[in-house]
Amino acid sequence: MRYVLLFVETERFMNEFEALSPDGRARAFELVGKWFADHADKIHGGSKLQGGHTATTVHLERGEEPLITDGPFVEGKEIVSGYCEVEVADLDEALRMVRTWPGCPVVEIRPIQVPATSLIPPSRE
Amino acid sequence: MNEPVARAELAQVVREHASDVAAALVRVTGDFATAEDLVQDAIEAALRRWPTTGIPERPDAWLYTVARNRGIDALRRDANYRTKLTWLDDPDPSPDDRLRLIFTCCHPALAREAQIALTLRVVCGLTTSQIARAFLVPETTVAQRITRAKRKISEAGIPYRMPDPTELDSRIGEVLTVIYLLFNEGYLGTTERAGSKDLAIDAEWVAAQLHNLMPNEPEAAGLLALIRLHRARAEARFSAGGGVVLLADQDRTRWDREVIADADRLLVRAAGQRRPGPYQLQAAIVACHAAAPTFEETDWEQVVLLYDMLLELAPSPVARLHRAIALRYATSPQAALDEVETLAATLDRYHLFHATRAELLRATGHPYQARLADQRALELTTNTAEQAVLLERLSWKAADRSS
Repeated sequence: MRYVLLFVETERFMNEFEALSPDGRARAFELVGKWFADHADKIHGGSKLQGGHTATTVHLERGEEPLITDGPFVEGKEIVSGYCEVEVADLDEALRMVRTWPGCPVVEIRPIQVPATSLIPPSRE
Repeated sequence: MNEPVARAELAQVVREHASDVAAALVRVTGDFATAEDLVQDAIEAALRRWPTTGIPERPDAWLYTVARNRGIDALRRDANYRTKLTWLDDPDPSPDDRLRLIFTCCHPALAREAQIALTLRVVCGLTTSQIARAFLVPETTVAQRITRAKRKISEAGIPYRMPDPTELDSRIGEVLTVIYLLFNEGYLGTTERAGSKDLAIDAEWVAAQLHNLMPNEPEAAGLLALIRLHRARAEARFSAGGGVVLLADQDRTRWDREVIADADRLLVRAAGQRRPGPYQLQAAIVACHAAAPTFEETDWEQVVLLYDMLLELAPSPVARLHRAIALRYATSPQAALDEVETLAATLDRYHLFHATRAELLRATGHPYQARLADQRALELTTNTAEQAVLLERLSWKAADRSS
């Protein structure tokens, strides 16, 4: 089954990360890099995202002019900071993977809808 | 419902066979949700038919046949239809089949309420309306919980298999928590919630199943012992009028010595594994009480020691409160009161904290403060039986023990 792992940072985590020494940060990145390498065979793409301050959200209400707001769609102390797609046997395998994740303190596991319905319409060439 | 004896017998027969039918059906259909639906259908049919026709000689075969007939359409779509039908004729599930069922119902990715509802339906064979009655919630609420849980199982890819050895401890912990909550719900249920009483029986049954399937798991044995030790003394907890009888005042001749001895044996065998855990320790504490011929003769030093071990493994303010109660008899009321005072901030909303504090204040010669603490306890408890005890203590009125 395919799942998306949504990596979620908390305010506290970010503060602690900011407070790390350059060596500490390098070590943290190294651990994350190793985790991705260890699970490379199951990971199918993904990215780290720019910080929440860069987010722009568009609210589309039918029949109304779209409302464009600054910031992520939920205002809160937790923010999605990255994602990756994984292919594993089942939820237990995804849970085992996430258990050893050395980065941010919250990870949401979401199955990709089956049968896969692409959000992108086929291109008309 | 007109024949309570028949009802209890029905529940027992269903409980004993439902999970086997479910386990076999999951194997055949390869799908937890489908199997669960088929078993529910069969159980509903049994509950309608059996009161008039009597319980068939082989209830499991009856349930299989009904479930199978209903599932035949689903099975026909399967290429291995004939092979699978023969499996269904010999449905004796293996221990692993039974365990898989329990572990799936108690998967940590399901909400606690969903785990409880699923376990009751799939493992104990309760119908949605029976679960609703036991928890005093609308039937639609329970039905929704079950539907959502089954959707989550299939859509999120919750596997139907034994947990990985590296996860087994935490997964067993999850199952034990569900059983323990189920038991508490039944055990603490008052007369206003007669339907909840059976939950204690269901909980004991699941605990016994788990222990039989995993005899080398000391915590499963510990939980089963704990449940049995409580059951052995359950009758003495209430007066003829339904009022709560405190441990110190219970008629110990009403305790079931045979059940207590059986629980003791379970605990001794579990202790042999040398893997102590919170359930074994809680059971050992209750066993200490159960072993004492009178309240005064309780081995309080041992009780305090066991609480120390419990707090080491599973620190909790409520366990510290109970330790303080034992400390009163092992050391002195003043020592206990000093300990209790340190819990004031964390347990301020807990009625037993104030009730305990009141008793200790009275024992150390502070009747006025004791009264204030009792009043606070009364404000916080919603359980009518406990309110009666507190009211009696406050002498606002004599508790009505006769009605």
